[in-house]
Formats: sequence, structure tokens, C-alpha cells
Amino acid sequence: MRALSAVYRRELASYLATPTAYVFIAVFLFAAGAFTFEIGDFFGQGRADLGPFFAAQPWLLMVFLPALSMRAWAEERRAGTDELLLTLPAPTWSLTLGKFLAAWTLATLAIALTAPLWITVNVLGHPDNGAIAAAYVATVLMAGAYVAIGTALSAVTGAQVVAFVLAVLVGFLFTALGAPSTLSFARTLGPNLADILGAISILGHYETAQRGVLDLRALIFFVSLIAFFLYATAVAVEAKRGG
Amino acid sequence: MVLVVEKLRKSFGRRVAVEDVSFAVDEGDVVGVLGLNGAGKTTTMRMIAGYLEPDDGFVKIFNVDMALDRRRAQERVGYLPEGAPLYGEMTPLAFLQFVAAARGMAPDRARNAVRRAAQDAHLGDTIDRPIETLSKGYRRRVGLAAALLHEPMLLVLDEPTDGLDPNQRQAVRELVRRLAPERAILISTHSLEEVEAVCTRAIVIHHGRVVADSTPQALTERHGTLEAAFRTLTKGEEAIG
Repeated sequence: MRALSAVYRRELASYLATPTAYVFIAVFLFAAGAFTFEIGDFFGQGRADLGPFFAAQPWLLMVFLPALSMRAWAEERRAGTDELLLTLPAPTWSLTLGKFLAAWTLATLAIALTAPLWITVNVLGHPDNGAIAAAYVATVLMAGAYVAIGTALSAVTGAQVVAFVLAVLVGFLFTALGAPSTLSFARTLGPNLADILGAISILGHYETAQRGVLDLRALIFFVSLIAFFLYATAVAVEAKRGG
Repeated sequence: MVLVVEKLRKSFGRRVAVEDVSFAVDEGDVVGVLGLNGAGKTTTMRMIAGYLEPDDGFVKIFNVDMALDRRRAQERVGYLPEGAPLYGEMTPLAFLQFVAAARGMAPDRARNAVRRAAQDAHLGDTIDRPIETLSKGYRRRVGLAAALLHEPMLLVLDEPTDGLDPNQRQAVRELVRRLAPERAILISTHSLEEVEAVCTRAIVIHHGRVVADSTPQALTERHGTLEAAFRTLTKGEEAIG
């Protein structure tokens, strides 16, 4: 646990020591606001809820979070510090989890900083705060899934840009599988295909939570997705020892 | 025996980097590993430190097999990688505290270890400055301090003086001499002068194989000078691509 905690604290401090974290948070907040008020037509819908804000989150986080996680292992490899880490007597899972938790913490902080929107809808009307809280929990879990995907792909390559592009592509795949157009096309190919795609899609599970229903299946899905990609990260890191 | 390396083999794709490398190192030994660029020195050091896994053969540290119980074996090794990679944004103090915590040291033990290692490596008042602002010599000292933090019985130093000025090289050599009596030290180096100055034994690796394992004095007697020995054993070739 000491190794995990040491890696977590070092990673978090490293994010905060450079402009990366601040730029990431500022741009994310700007984009979240633009999607909510301009594209989502927040005022035009005439309801005091955060529907437009949550609807944009899968697409925003899918692009923003790989920018945060791309450095996790790729930067270590570029700087040669992976040699330092991997010769410490620390289990690979603790290094992997420490890095993931640091990036996820920063993602959670960015999401938490959108709270003024929540306050605004309470000033404007009487939203269902329970539903909004549930949607926020799902958003944080979804962010964890995107961070885990990005961390895994960062462990595969030594180039941050490649890690970013791959993570956006894989994130897009997991998200778009649940898009209405994908599902309706899948229905034409086979009766069960749409159900299968919906079951492994981030969008499918997030949509129910977005409406304020945080069901167990969505929780299990996001936790499983995080666990799977963290396992893949550890495997990719260990594979590098084989040369 | 502190370190036993037996029939190590490592290839990258179709290129064999290390083949049939065997040697042993005991307490008090300072072993210089010599070879051309690309001869297989760094690959051998990396396998000993547990960064790379051998395709064949084994590394045992105090009889603990690196492949079977890597964490326990790594607890006994202090490793300075080639170029001493460090986190530039950290101060040496924060970096050493991080390494101590990542090694699982309790806070009290970590505090003492950091203080002692910083003293041993003569970090002085650079301890609070960002590593990226330090000279190459001081960065190397930070790397050495990290390798010494847990008082390992085996020190593996990959080109510890490469790129340092003569005074910095001298400081590293003095540190190695001071540490040597109670430890086994393995130093990969290009510098024959360094081998003559601090090593009790020299291993020459050529095309991934050990071609000589003897004392620097014995090599000098046989070939006239250590340089002549090195040129003969490496067949006068230049760096291996």
C-alpha cells in the first residue's frame, strides 16, 4: 500500500506542478459550459435540470481524459524513468493503480468544479437533486473508465500523441456502440446484436444514469470496464520486461 | 555469494543481445563490466536489476531467483540506470522520499534513510532545488543516493560517471571506494581508467558474451596495458550497431 500511495502522491503532484492540469481543467470547464448553454440550449428548454450538461459528458470526457492519461506510462518510457519504477520492489498493480487514481482524482476535480451549474439550476427552479447527484456519480465512474482506457493505451506506446489518438479511438468505440444510429443499424443485422452492443456500451449505461436512475448494472459495468483496462495496463507494463 | 548470474540470454527480435553470460560477485568485490557500445552491458545490468526478464538463464541475489521472487530480489539491489533518469520537477529530497515510500519504508526509517543517503552522496544544499536545475554531476549523485537509500548489499551502477567532468568522476569513484568493503558493486563503464582506479575485477563483454573475467592487474600483465587487453579482446572493433 505504501508504494501505491507514494506513486499516487507523486503523480498527482506531478500533474499539479505543470500547467497541464490547470489548462485541462480550464478548457474542460469552458467546453462543458459551451456544450450546455450553446449546443444544449440550456435556457431554451425551459426546465431547471442539467440534461444538456450530462448529455455532453460522454463525448467531452472521451476526448479530454486521454489528454490527461496519455502521459501516465508513455512519458515514463520517454524519460527512461520507467526503468526506475520497475526496478523498485513494488508490485506492478500498485504502480498501475497509483497512476490511474491520480488521473482519476484530477478528472473528478474537474467534474466537481462544474458544481456552480448545479447551484444555478437550483436558483432558477426546483430540479430533482437526487437525480442530478446520481448522474454526477455515473459521470465520475464513466470518467474512471475513460482514464483507465487512456492509461492502458499509454502503457502500450512510448509516444504520448499515439497514446492519445488510440485512447480517443477506443473510447469512441465503447461510446458510439450505444448511439441510437449504431443500435438501429445493429438491429438490421441481427435481433440480439443491438442488445449486446448496448450492454458493452458506455453510452447505453450512462443514459439511464443521466435520467437519474443509477442501477446496479451500470455500476458493475463501469467498475468492470475500469478493472479490465487496469489489468490490461499491468499486462502491457509487464510485457515490456520481456523486451 | 551476493550475486550469481548463470547462462543469461536475451534477444530482441532476431538480434541476440546477451548470450551465455555467467559470473558471480561477492561482498567486497568491485566488478567493472567493460565492452563496446551495444556489446550487451546495459542489457545484462537491466536483467540483474529485474527491469528485463532473461529469455534463458537466471539471476540470483543472495540465492533469491529474480524471475521467481522478483520483489524480494529487488529489495536487495540498489540500481542506478544508465543516464540516471529522474523526475525533473521534483527536488532531490522529494524524490528520495518518494523512492523510500515506494520501497515500502515506514516514515521514520525513510526519514533517516533519506538523510543518510543524501549525506553519502554529498547532495549538500542542492537537496531542495528542482532536479531539472541541477548539473549532470549532481543529478547522478541524486540517482546514486536513491540506489543507496535502503543500504543494499548489491549495487548495480550503469555508467555512473558517463558524461561527468573529471572532478565529478573523482567524487563518484571516492564514493564507490568508500562503499566497497561492505558491499558487492557492479559497474558498467567505458572508462578503462575507472576500472584501474576502483575495480577489483574486470569482465569484458563482446557481442553479448563474456570474453574475459579477471583482475585488471592480470589483464594488464597479459596484454601490456588494460587498453591493449580491451582492444585485443574486442578485436579492435568499433561500437556494435
